[in-house]
Amino acid sequence: MSEGQPPQRAADEAEPEPAAADRTDEESRSPVTTGAESVVRALERAGVEQLFGVQGGAIMPVYDALYDADLRHVTMAHEQGAAHAADAFGIVSGEPGVCLATSGPGATNLVTGIADASMDSDPMIALTGQVPSEMVGSDAFQETDTTGVTAPVTKENYFADSADSIGDTVGEAFALAGAGRQGPTLVDLPKDITTGPTETEPDEGRTPDTYNPPEAADESAVEEAAGVLARADKPVILAGGGVIKGEASAELYEFATEYGIPVVTTMPAIGAFPEDHDLALEMAGMHGTGYANMAITHCDVLFAVGTRFDDRLTGGVETFAPEAQVIHADIDAAEISKNIHADHPLLGDAGTVIEQVGEALAEERAADMAATGERFAEWREQCRGWKEDYPMDYVAPDDAPLKPQFVVEAVDEATADDTVVTTGVGQHQMWACQYWTYTQPRTWVSSHGLGTMGYGLPAAIGARVAADAVASKKQRADGEAVDDDQSVVCFDGDGSFLMTLQELAVAVRENLDITVFVLNNEGIGMVRQWQDGFFEGRRMASEYPWMPDFATLAEAFGARGFRMEGYDEVEETIEEALAYDGPSIVDAQIDPDENVYPMVPSGGANGQFVLAEEQL
Amino acid sequence: MREGLQGPAPEERPHPTGRRNGQGIRIDPETEAEPDTRRTVLSALVKNEPGVLAKISGLVSRRQFNIESLTVGTTTNPETSRVTVVIEESEPGIRQVETQLAKLVNVISVRELGDDAVGRELVVLKVHGDEPDKVHAVTEMYGGTTLHAGRDTITIEITGDEQTVDDAVDAYQQFGVRELARTGQTALARGGEWTTYAEEERYERMQTQPETNDD
Ligand SMILES: Cc1ncc(C[n+]2csc(CCOP(=O)(O)OP(=O)(O)O)c2C)c(N)n1
Repeated sequence: MSEGQPPQRAADEAEPEPAAADRTDEESRSPVTTGAESVVRALERAGVEQLFGVQGGAIMPVYDALYDADLRHVTMAHEQGAAHAADAFGIVSGEPGVCLATSGPGATNLVTGIADASMDSDPMIALTGQVPSEMVGSDAFQETDTTGVTAPVTKENYFADSADSIGDTVGEAFALAGAGRQGPTLVDLPKDITTGPTETEPDEGRTPDTYNPPEAADESAVEEAAGVLARADKPVILAGGGVIKGEASAELYEFATEYGIPVVTTMPAIGAFPEDHDLALEMAGMHGTGYANMAITHCDVLFAVGTRFDDRLTGGVETFAPEAQVIHADIDAAEISKNIHADHPLLGDAGTVIEQVGEALAEERAADMAATGERFAEWREQCRGWKEDYPMDYVAPDDAPLKPQFVVEAVDEATADDTVVTTGVGQHQMWACQYWTYTQPRTWVSSHGLGTMGYGLPAAIGARVAADAVASKKQRADGEAVDDDQSVVCFDGDGSFLMTLQELAVAVRENLDITVFVLNNEGIGMVRQWQDGFFEGRRMASEYPWMPDFATLAEAFGARGFRMEGYDEVEETIEEALAYDGPSIVDAQIDPDENVYPMVPSGGANGQFVLAEEQL
Repeated sequence: MREGLQGPAPEERPHPTGRRNGQGIRIDPETEAEPDTRRTVLSALVKNEPGVLAKISGLVSRRQFNIESLTVGTTTNPETSRVTVVIEESEPGIRQVETQLAKLVNVISVRELGDDAVGRELVVLKVHGDEPDKVHAVTEMYGGTTLHAGRDTITIEITGDEQTVDDAVDAYQQFGVRELARTGQTALARGGEWTTYAEEERYERMQTQPETNDD
């Protein structure tokens, strides 16, 4: 095959207007002289204001170029932290987060975070240093085939091969990360290319001309789907993460409330529809609510938007919505009928498609005298009944040990609606899903598809930086002070926290206002739960015989540390920890034997969720 | 006082009787059957960039698609290559390969070719040279070419559709096939039909604006 070509630009494509502020900046900027400067200029042109990374030999030229740039660089303790922080930044802000690492070990340390973003379709761009071009392939010091290693976990990756095109490559990677079905992209930057001379100013970043995600769905398909919905007796909307990624929460709300159709969400879609709404059935799947799983199991039409039907959602596919006609709206054609057959596929952007179906349904309704919404009244009543039959609850005695669900509810109560919640992976993550009432998109930040323990703390850092950035951007745009005290809390497991707690040094150094609640059960609870349920209680390697004192540890890092044991301490401790303007850690001693229910045993039927271990 | 999770136990709940098969397709229990696989040819037009082939083969291996053969070569446009993939998959599997390929950023377009596609494969094989006349007769019969005839071995090239190549290889077995190399299939749509829409568009464009030939 021939040498790589610089990305083609369609000449007739309109030049997007740079923001007014950027234009004056651009005039005052000195021209680029090296590949590294072009990389930084490309980021600036893309509107990047902050990045997360770790220094190193092969990436040093880029860092050197950052020295003169007006970008906030958050130096992380570990590259995995940088990737998770950038990922969380993307989730909270909606703009691709940027992470940087050096070649070899720096790049491989990013891989978990990139894979995590890939599974969750989060917008993110990773820039990695690479050994000089002439040494590539020679097993040079700190060399790894980074594009090779990351190919399966990136939406697209690039090996920069010329200083003149490097800026455009970065611009394209950035644009691609945020376009269509979002995801992580990576640009590998050989040192000779970043130090190499160039005077080429990068263009406005554009997606390649071969990339054309669909916008609106085919009209006749929309009409057909609307007809199916109108004739339904028991419809359910299944909102996936694509609703949040596609900024379609408002359209979803409008649609669901207009027609009175109950809404179930996947885990990544938590916050897409207000959980305190009458139509909300909350999360379905393995640890979803009983009522969501009953509704999914008994519906006759499933209107799924922006979901990939992950196995934690579907359980065994044989029993997933077994009697439903499936209408599946997605921007990615490859998701259609991948796991669950779509009877009525709708290719397009989530918000646009929901609106299209809404309009078509309005016409259906005008044609049919029986108002569509009224027809679903009986079904809504049925769903409400399931809410009463299977309420989310737990048993809480009056004294220690604390029930983790109680802690989650207490923090929810003590914080505002727009509080961002991040988590690690395990039981605590599920309690944070189940017992917190999410009402706004982009307030739930977790590792869904990959299930990465250690995600919570670095994600809280990225979320904090994003929340502040969004507030200050808004302030600049509106010219007036905005409420910029959105809280960021992290629910972590003791095991998850141990995996990335070094990032506490970063939170302290940057004085980031985050509060971490370690739901400490002195073990890796989710594994213990499965061992108790499916391995005859043989608790191999799931209980920690010794745990550090997280409160003291926090203080050693320069953060505030708290320890919480009894119910009488909960309210006050939470208040104090939240009030502290900086990072604080609350070591919450919870019942080590508490389990997560309801539960659909893996591969089981969603309607067969169990409510207690005896039912397994 | 909190009461804990309540509600009827799993077996006390109503259960729907419907089911889906392993592909997530709703099934009629009476006619339930795993979908049959079929063999088909996909043609992908891709950007001629380094790493494209690695991306395609990585995608294929990662998703465990059942690939029979994969060939690559340039097209009338030096900036693009044609990748011809022969797969044996169930209907949903074929659609998955198609959409996953189409999703790759360097892939311009993908199309499943019909049964009437014109497909060819080439084999170079080497047989023992003890009976040169008989070998020659078989070569003639399959319209092949003798590439090299030595004292010990004869090397032959056969081109044809897959069945012809299979048959020819079979026919040479009587002489003892020492080694062979097959290319895998390459194919174009039949007659006036275009193999990919992108090529049709480019062709039309070049007819009307020849000056942009070298884009
Ligand atoms: C990096 C990583 N390693 C292993 C696992 C497997 N795993 C899933 S949940 C879990 C236990 C998590 O323990 P902890 O963070 O203490 O949370 P808890 O379940 O106790 O709330 C483990 C080990 C994982 N998800 N991620």
